[in-house]
Amino acid sequence: MLSMVLPLAFGMVSLALLLSLYRLLVGPSVPDRILALDTLYLNTIALLILFGLMQGSPLYFEAALLIAVMGFVGTIALSKYLLRGDIME
Amino acid sequence: MLDAALAVLVLVGAFFTLVGSWGLAKMPDFFMRLHGPTKASTLGVGAVLVASALYFSFNTDGVSLHEVLVTLFLFMTAPVSAHMMAKAALHLKLKQVERTRSAVVESGVANSYDGTSFRRKE
Amino acid sequence: MWNKVLPHPLLSVFLLLVWLLLNNTVAMGHVVLGAVLALLIPLLTLGFWPERVVVRHPWVLLKFLLVVLWDIVVANLHVAALILGSARTLQPAFMVMELDIRSPLGASILANTISLTPGTVSCELSTDRRQLLIHALHVDDVDASLREMKQRYERPLMEVLQVC
Repeated sequence: MLSMVLPLAFGMVSLALLLSLYRLLVGPSVPDRILALDTLYLNTIALLILFGLMQGSPLYFEAALLIAVMGFVGTIALSKYLLRGDIME
Repeated sequence: MLDAALAVLVLVGAFFTLVGSWGLAKMPDFFMRLHGPTKASTLGVGAVLVASALYFSFNTDGVSLHEVLVTLFLFMTAPVSAHMMAKAALHLKLKQVERTRSAVVESGVANSYDGTSFRRKE
Repeated sequence: MWNKVLPHPLLSVFLLLVWLLLNNTVAMGHVVLGAVLALLIPLLTLGFWPERVVVRHPWVLLKFLLVVLWDIVVANLHVAALILGSARTLQPAFMVMELDIRSPLGASILANTISLTPGTVSCELSTDRRQLLIHALHVDDVDASLREMKQRYERPLMEVLQVC
């Protein structure tokens, strides 16, 4: 049953990626684009985990963890830059 | 049985991820867009991760719990990044939908923020 | 003496757990290595943890966690329905919550909880940490929803956390 559901889940997450990409391209403001980028990270994690499930391999987990950490740091750094015009004080 | 539970979790997860991005694309102003990804997408990815943890716990020898770590991490960081982005948006004074009700604090309106309290900037 | 060796017992336990989860094993070697790290890291980062947190009522904490977990699921169904419905009928609002909780850790946990649950995102904390600005996606009665959040989340947090 899982193997039947997986393609559908792939489709939904891919659509989510496209919708985030739309927001990233359209904007209209910089925080909007940061938010879109953050959502792209989240969707990518979901996609990677789904891929790992399909392949039956736990290897992709490490990549998902790295994306989660880097995505968080990136979002914070960009927001901080907008707030202060500087990342480190 | 396990297979059905996994299928449901994966579907629910993918659905919530989609709803989060849908909200991001559809809502009219930044603050409303913020709600989709911080809540729906986080729960969606969490559900997919739990499905993965179950799958690898039952299909390989030994328990696989490190997916729980990513889930925990996401649930701790999502509100923090949402808070930072909202701060940046308030700082830049982004437009809100006109019908947004503002909070009245002390002598002013909260929608414009002056960095110390939520008073209107004179 | 124990205060010097183990300044933040909760942090140490958490670090050990994270280490074991990261390696996805409970092998003896990793338990020992994790325990060493769990002892060393709090000592090395002592300057970043100015307040000592003591949890007073573990059962209240457990109940709080379960309530939050349940609320996250319910709130998500609610927000999903709002997002899929018409955006024109939504009534967004900014609200200000007067905080009674004084501990910085408590305030940040409260703000995070509010962001994860019922259609609200915490946007800003005043510099005196007494007021929290919250944005709600859809709210009918601002005062009622503020009262509910205070009752549901702030009260148990204040009971649990004690700063010394």
